[in-house]
Amino acid sequence: MDSTKIPHTEPRQSATFDPYTLSEIRRAAATGIYDIRGGGAKRALPHFDDLLFLGASVSRYPLEGYREKCATDVVLGGRFASKPIHLKIPITIAGMSFGSLSAQAKEALGRGATIVGTSTTTGDGGMTQEERGHSEILVYQYLPSRYGMNPDDLRKADAIEIVVGQGAKPGGGGMLLGQKISDRVAAMRDLPKGIDQRSACRHPDWTGPDDLEIKIEALREITGWEKPIYVKIGATRPYYDVALAVKSGADVVVLDGMQGGTAATQDVFIEHVGIPILAAIRPAVQALQDLGMHRKVQLIVSGGIRNGADVAKALALGADAVSIGTAALVALGDNDPIYEEDYRKLGTTAGAYDDWHEGRDPAGITTQDPELAARLDPIAGGRRLANYLSVLTLEAQTIARACGKSHLHNLEPEDLVALTIEAAAMARVPLAGTDWIPGKSPF
Amino acid sequence: MRVVDLEKATVRQLNAALHALAENTNETLWRVEHPGGQHALAVGLDAPVTVEIAGHAGYYCASMNQQATVVIEGNAGVGVAENMMSGMVHVKGDASQSAGATAHGGLLVIDGSASARCGISMKGVDIVVKGSIGPMSAFMAQSGALVVLGDAGDALGDSIYEARLYVMGEVKSLGADCVEKELHEEHRAELRRLLDAAGLNGTVNIDAFKRYGSARTLYNFHVDNAGAY
Repeated sequence: MDSTKIPHTEPRQSATFDPYTLSEIRRAAATGIYDIRGGGAKRALPHFDDLLFLGASVSRYPLEGYREKCATDVVLGGRFASKPIHLKIPITIAGMSFGSLSAQAKEALGRGATIVGTSTTTGDGGMTQEERGHSEILVYQYLPSRYGMNPDDLRKADAIEIVVGQGAKPGGGGMLLGQKISDRVAAMRDLPKGIDQRSACRHPDWTGPDDLEIKIEALREITGWEKPIYVKIGATRPYYDVALAVKSGADVVVLDGMQGGTAATQDVFIEHVGIPILAAIRPAVQALQDLGMHRKVQLIVSGGIRNGADVAKALALGADAVSIGTAALVALGDNDPIYEEDYRKLGTTAGAYDDWHEGRDPAGITTQDPELAARLDPIAGGRRLANYLSVLTLEAQTIARACGKSHLHNLEPEDLVALTIEAAAMARVPLAGTDWIPGKSPF
Repeated sequence: MRVVDLEKATVRQLNAALHALAENTNETLWRVEHPGGQHALAVGLDAPVTVEIAGHAGYYCASMNQQATVVIEGNAGVGVAENMMSGMVHVKGDASQSAGATAHGGLLVIDGSASARCGISMKGVDIVVKGSIGPMSAFMAQSGALVVLGDAGDALGDSIYEARLYVMGEVKSLGADCVEKELHEEHRAELRRLLDAAGLNGTVNIDAFKRYGSARTLYNFHVDNAGAY
């Protein structure tokens, strides 16, 4: 046969060695160092999209959307703290450091959260006057590095969050590369300017739950038993970690899934360590229920919360509140296509930009460059965040009323079904149209 | 002198009474009887007072101290003077792990020895240990000075930043990026000042100390140093 007449097959890309994988191999071969980036897991994961609400029908009464109340408030920290936190909405702003974020971004987060009556959280790097001044309710993180940690700020805080881990990198420490260590950041962390700053992965003065219990007691003694004490963990073994946090005396447990963002970590860590938040909530709630502490020790969950449906689903699975980080930055302007030209110059595109550690953020959020940081107006940014938080709340209320609930906390697993077997098993709700909960009930 | 007997009062009552002191209080000398190794004694103080603890203290004694002088007339548990900002803490016995961890200022004096991780992540505190210190001491130490009259355990000063370490005895091993450095006059002056403050005026031969600090090779990541991490 004439070889020129043999039909050609289409060029076929490998599913295993896909174009991204090939580009990463070439990048690794050229540099000899792993890829570092910001954000959370980017791969497709079982998530809240795999759940659906059933809504009311003959067997359940709905509530009238514009007439009947659906409350959204939540009280955090009533277990031991004499001054628990009262939030108007069950959506908080997650811990993000000054250093990883600009001072303007921290101010905008404080302004937005305050408008809608919720809290914001410091990060690895201490408390700035901007965020204390603009945040009516501020949670002060107590991290392994203890950068900037001091008793005056501790007493100024409304709650204390002991960070054991985070969803993007459970078991990992932090990293802030030299280009973001400005004079102010260096001074706050007591480090030389321009070095690659590492944050420890373990606390320097306690190991394990028995020590943690004593550490929590000491923090309460320093602050007169006033402030709620949260313990934040990355989602890995949520049943045991939540049980141990409760045993250690936590008022609130914060559980962060692998979609939760970080300022900078190895891509391999972000994508391959930890579990999705969908898989973590039910074991965590089970631990609280087994200890008789559900709703007494509050559970805040985070990692991939994007809309009011996600909020409602997290609460229906048993959480008391959710926390947002990445979505809050997007509301401020992160990855906005209006900066597409600048993103192109950085070799990326709006929506995919994740080199937050390099400090060249066109949106002026994950940077310490004064010119870039000035692009974010903290007042306008705060307004956008407040609008977004209001939408999340309205959406969650819409769903809750459709399920006949007069408070978001009345949502329950019985309101949910799953679209996939994986989600049914993880969320412990039936596969839609069946009574089957894999691992719980026979098919 | 105010006396608080911890067989009768609680730790909460002790700390609350100490926190209630005004900056210009006349009640400047306190004595804590029967401490019984309880945790979180005299934590979060912020007044120029002296608190004598008549025995052993548990974890985190004098944690986050500001201005006060806390004297422990026995041994101290984990994290004595952790995150101290100013003032002085004096342990007359031995100290457990993580003594002076992350402390930003003030002076910690330990008459006996300190266990592992002494001065871990120290951020400006000065520490004088008259005995020896355990392994992984001054890990990621950022600033301040650690003076040891005895020996140091394994991996001294691992991943150290700008803290200054002075050891008179044997160092079992140095951690990553920690090297011996020359003792200059400014270091002799610092040693004299710290030894004086620790009550050792003129009794110690300053030239017998060796100085250790950061080689600064790990300050910015380079793949050829990957083996050091």
